[in-house]
Order: sequence, then C-alpha cells, then structure tokens
Amino acid sequence: MRQFLVGAAQRIIKGSPLYYVWVVFLLAMITVGIVAYVRQLQSGLIVTGMTSYVSWGFYIGNFTFLVGVAAAAVLLIIPAYLYDFGPIKEIVIIGEALAVSALLMCLMFVTADLGRPDRVWHLIPGLGILNLPSSLLGWDIVVLNGYLFLNIFIPGYIIYKAYDNKPANMNFILPFILLSIPWAVSIHTTTAFIYNGLAARPFWNASILAPRFLASAFCSGPALIILLFQLVRRYTGFHVKDEALFKIAEMIAIAMAINLFLLGAEFFKELYSDTHHLSPMEYLYVGLQGKGRLVPWIWTAFAFNVTAFIIFLLPFTRKRFITLNIGCVLIITGIWIEKGMGLIIPGFIPAPLGEVWEYSPSSIEILVAMGIWSIGALVLTLLLKIIIPIELGEFTRSSNVAREVASAGL
Amino acid sequence: MSEEKTKEPGQTSELKVSLDPASSQEAAEGKELINRRGFMQGTAGVLAAMALGSCSWQEFFQNNFRRMTKGEIEQTVERLRSEYKQKYGKDFVVDAEGPIDGTFFGYALDIQRCIGCRKCVYACVEENNQSRDPQIQYIRVLRFKDGDMDLEHSTIYYDPEEVPEKGYYYLPVQCQQCENPPCTKVCPVQATWTEPDGIVVVDYNWCIGCRYCMAACPYMGRWFNFADPVIPADKVNVNTHYLGNRPRMRNVVEKCTFCIQRVRKGRYPACVEVCPVGARKFGNLLDPNSEISRIIQTKRVFRLKSELNTQPKFYYFFSI
Repeated sequence: MRQFLVGAAQRIIKGSPLYYVWVVFLLAMITVGIVAYVRQLQSGLIVTGMTSYVSWGFYIGNFTFLVGVAAAAVLLIIPAYLYDFGPIKEIVIIGEALAVSALLMCLMFVTADLGRPDRVWHLIPGLGILNLPSSLLGWDIVVLNGYLFLNIFIPGYIIYKAYDNKPANMNFILPFILLSIPWAVSIHTTTAFIYNGLAARPFWNASILAPRFLASAFCSGPALIILLFQLVRRYTGFHVKDEALFKIAEMIAIAMAINLFLLGAEFFKELYSDTHHLSPMEYLYVGLQGKGRLVPWIWTAFAFNVTAFIIFLLPFTRKRFITLNIGCVLIITGIWIEKGMGLIIPGFIPAPLGEVWEYSPSSIEILVAMGIWSIGALVLTLLLKIIIPIELGEFTRSSNVAREVASAGL
Repeated sequence: MSEEKTKEPGQTSELKVSLDPASSQEAAEGKELINRRGFMQGTAGVLAAMALGSCSWQEFFQNNFRRMTKGEIEQTVERLRSEYKQKYGKDFVVDAEGPIDGTFFGYALDIQRCIGCRKCVYACVEENNQSRDPQIQYIRVLRFKDGDMDLEHSTIYYDPEEVPEKGYYYLPVQCQQCENPPCTKVCPVQATWTEPDGIVVVDYNWCIGCRYCMAACPYMGRWFNFADPVIPADKVNVNTHYLGNRPRMRNVVEKCTFCIQRVRKGRYPACVEVCPVGARKFGNLLDPNSEISRIIQTKRVFRLKSELNTQPKFYYFFSI
C-alpha cells in the first residue's frame, strides 16, 4: 500500500509543462474561491444575493446540476457491466472518477450554502440528530455519501487489482456494481424530492420533477463524459474508441427527447389549466410584474437544448466530432441553466404571499462557485493521473518496484 | 447600505411607517462595495473565521434543547445571560420554562376591524428583539382592494396619510402556527419543532442555517439572519425565553412564537396587546369558554391556504 501511495504521489508530481500550467491555474482559482468563502464566513450570508424571499440560489443550483452529472455514471455502468459492451467497459472507470469529483463538488456546494458550517456535526446520527425519515435533506445526505462510497470503492478495487496485475474478482465486486445502478437513480430522485415535496412552492410541487431530473441528468453528464474522453485520448496514451463516444451520444439523444417531451407536458398542464401555478413559469419564460432576469437565460437554454437534440439525433452530425462537440457544449450549458438557476429561482418567485422579489448571484457566490468547480477539476485531474497509467499497464506493482530499485541503484 | 452599518449597533435608522422589504436585499445590492474591499481583509481574517466569530467551546458543543438535562439548561442559560450582559450591558432574564398544563394556544384576527396601521409589526419587533439592521419583521400586513383576495394582487407597500384607506382592506400575516407544519418536517437536524402547547419554535443554537424550512413555509413565516443582528442596547428587551425572543446570532432562522416569553406567563402576545382596534384575539383552545374558542364556535372563520392542509392555529374571522 505504501508503495502504491508513493508511486501515485510521484506520478502526480511529474507531468508535462501543460499539466503544470493547468494545475497551477486550478490552484490559483481555488485560492480565490477560499478567500471569497472566508469573506462569507466573516460577514454571514448577507454577502450573497440571497434573501428571505429567495432563500436558495446559485450554490443550490450548481449542487442540483452536479448531482445529475454524478448520477450519469450509471449510463456507462449499465452497458459496461450488464451488457458487456466492450468499448464502454474500457472507459467506465474514468466515468466513475468523474462521478467522484462531481459528488465532492455537490457536498462542497451544500456546505457553502449552509449558514452555520460550524454546526455540520449536528447532522451526524448519534452525535447530532439526522432527522430521518421525515427530512428529504437528511435522506439526500445519506444517499450522496453512499454513492460517493460506491464510486470510490468499485473503481478503487478494480484499479488496485489492475495495479497488482491480478484479475478482479467479479463475484465479489458485481453486487456492488449492481447496487450502484439503483443508487445512482436514487441520488437524483431524492434530490428532486427535496424540492418536489414542498406544497408551498407550486413550481416544484409537480410529480414530473423527478422524471425530468433523471432525463436531464442523462443528457448533461454523458455530454461531459464525451468531452472528457476526447481530452484524455488527446493528452494520454489512453485509447477510447469512437464507437463508445457515438454510443453515448445516441443515449443522450434519447434522454434529451424524453426531457423535451416532459417539458412539453409541463407546459401544457400549466398553460391550459391557467391557474396561479402558472406564475413561476411566467416569471421564468416571459417575466412577471415587469421582472424577468431569468428570461434571456432560459430561452438560451431552450435553444441550446433543442439544437443539441437535433445534432445528437442525426447520425451525420452525431458522428462528426466538430458537431458532436458543439452539441455537448450546448447541452451542458443548456442543462446547467435549466437544472440550476432555472429550477431553483422560480420556485421562490412569486413568494408565498405574492411578492415578486428577484435574485442574482453576488460576485462572492460566483467566486466561491468557481473555487468549488476548480477543486472538482483538480480532483478529477489527479485521479486520472493515477488511474490512466494503471489502466494502460504502465503503473503496476512490478513496474513500481522495478523503478524503486532502479532509482535506489542510482 | 454599507457593511459597517450592519455591524455597528446603534446605527439603525428610524423605523419607517412603510414596511421595507427585508433589507438584507438592500444590503445585498451593496455587495459590490463589500467585495472589493473584502479580499485583503478576507485573507487577514482566516483565523477569525476559523473561530467563527464569538463561538465559544461551550456554545460549539451545546446540545439540542430537547436533549439537554435540567442542569445543562441552567448552565446554558447562565452562559447566555453573561454573554448578553457583556454585549448589551443589561441583566437578562432567559426563561426556559415549559408549557403550562392544559394549554394549547390559538389566535384569531378580525379582518373587518383591522385598519392596517402596522402597530403590531413594530410592537413585535421591539418585544421579540428582531434585528433592526438588517430589518426583520415577523408580521406582514397585506393590503387588498375590496372585492379581491388574490395574494398576488396584494401589496405590503402602502403609505397613505391615514389608515384605513377607502376601498381597501388589510390582512396581517405571520407564522400561522400550523398543526401540520411543513417547516418542522423538513428540518434535517430537528432544530425546530412544535411544543406541547402548540407553539412552533426554533433552537437557534442547533439550527445549521440550511433554510429548508423557509422554502417549505407557505406563509413567509420564517426569517433568516443574513448578518449579525443589530439591536440598539437601549431598545433591547431583557425579558426573554430560550425558545423565543432571546437575542439571536447570524445565519440562523427565526420566527414568531406567539411571544412564548409572555404567553407562558399568562400574558397576551405583544401584537394582541398593542392593536388599537382590538382586532387580534388570543387564548387557550382547550378552554371551551375562552374568547378564542367562542370566536371559532360562533363566527365565520377561515384559515389561509386551507387547501394545503397545514391546519393553522391562526384563524381569520368576520366580526359582523
């Protein structure tokens, strides 16, 4: 184990100039984020744009989006382990590494949103009180941490076996893999239920919320994965077959079709019944009482999602990397707006007593969020720096020992 | 609104007649100022932030109120009293009294009498030690045009020479003290609950500041201290209850408690006492002869958003 850690640390320290530039850039961003967060700790949440009217904002929006990214790893797991689809099986561990970094970001975003992070221990059962079964936030903490464990444990086991040059014992690990599939669905469903269960907020209190969460998660997460794999393929010796990427793109097309269909269903219900439940949607899409900060954003998201859907639907655009990548960027941005601010803010507008009080993130919130994203990117970079050489068979116990012997000999 | 203003006690502006929106928003709009200045100070203040302000070890490890022993409650109350003495230079009473046997509180508001003067709003602020800067007010008086009861058409921003205004009526809203409260259900740490006498309370020292309860409340009954609450020392009310109007800290949720510090001693809530037209009624629902029980039995009453099945113990009624 010690040998492995030393070897891994050496691999993290060494890299190309581009690698150093990237890591230093991330560290700089992280520092800025930490400084902004300290500012928030000192003055209270007043440095954010949030108010008693709109009491959740940018942090919770990013959290919601990232839960989707994390859940999307399952879209690789199913073909890889259940259907034994070779091209994806080779790359699934990288998808799981993405899930790990997404989950860490989720937990950091929730913590950043907490007014009293000094009291998080109140959530630890026994020491504090975790209000189960009644609080959905309590459940979310359970399922997110459980999913984090699975996504560290499964690839960790497989990778360590690969490092040892031994075959993984599938009888041992398969139950965990199977468990991770419903678990991925559960993290998204539970997160949707956090909002869904609140009768006070008609915008969220619609049963379509959880299915839509899943559909949109299966768009944005895999799109991120397609981009990530191309980067990995370009900058390392790791081989990713085009076939695998096109297969993922196909799945995105289906997920986006469902997402757009569910959006249509939501539109119909609200527009046709034309009750006061329409107000938050009016605020989001056309503005309410002359206020509509989100209007340009949500239409951008809509245009992006529809365009991306067409790109992923048509084989000749899906199978050309230029258009495929444009589609991925459009979809990630589109879902980030829709599942982030586009979902959270209209839940609070109008306020329960009818007031329209708007929100935009403060610069502190934006800087803290950039810091958290940078931590996520750094974690992912470092994980890949260890995982990929193992997957390539460059970093194994025997090679590690040989190297140590060689350097000792020098 | 600058940062200094939120931090220095005694800088509170005179209470205006008109209801300002929770001024945390105003402060948030001044955020650009704060940010630019903030970075250098921010780095310097890392250590201070680690200690999280004035949080002592005893405060840090303090248990949930409902899990404390009698002795622990006494110790905590003593600690709070000395903290408050230091901060405000006054001797505080911090009650931790439990409910009176055989009481279950209810409230009724006569919308035909209410004239929209907002005296209740400010009496509440003074009684319950709400922050003056940023401003927090538990009661919001909605003004409706006659013939309309659509919340989205109502406003809290009205400022005439004299009230009541012709052609309008008023509907004050505060925590509705629900029997089926959506807010306590969602709290991930049980920092808020319903007391045996029906009052929904918050343990300010247990709240983690996630604001899930605020999202769950259909009545805007909960408020968040986005910054250190500011109460001028000469305005602070020293007769407090642990679960009620004791001074709060930043980044926790607070709410109306029917003036728990008063009603558990047989007094009326401050808003009932101050109402110049006697529109506000309060009493024990378990006593069939109390004024509140009589009103519910004999008047035409309704509860806000009854379709949500929150079952408020706060009734509105028509006196004629």
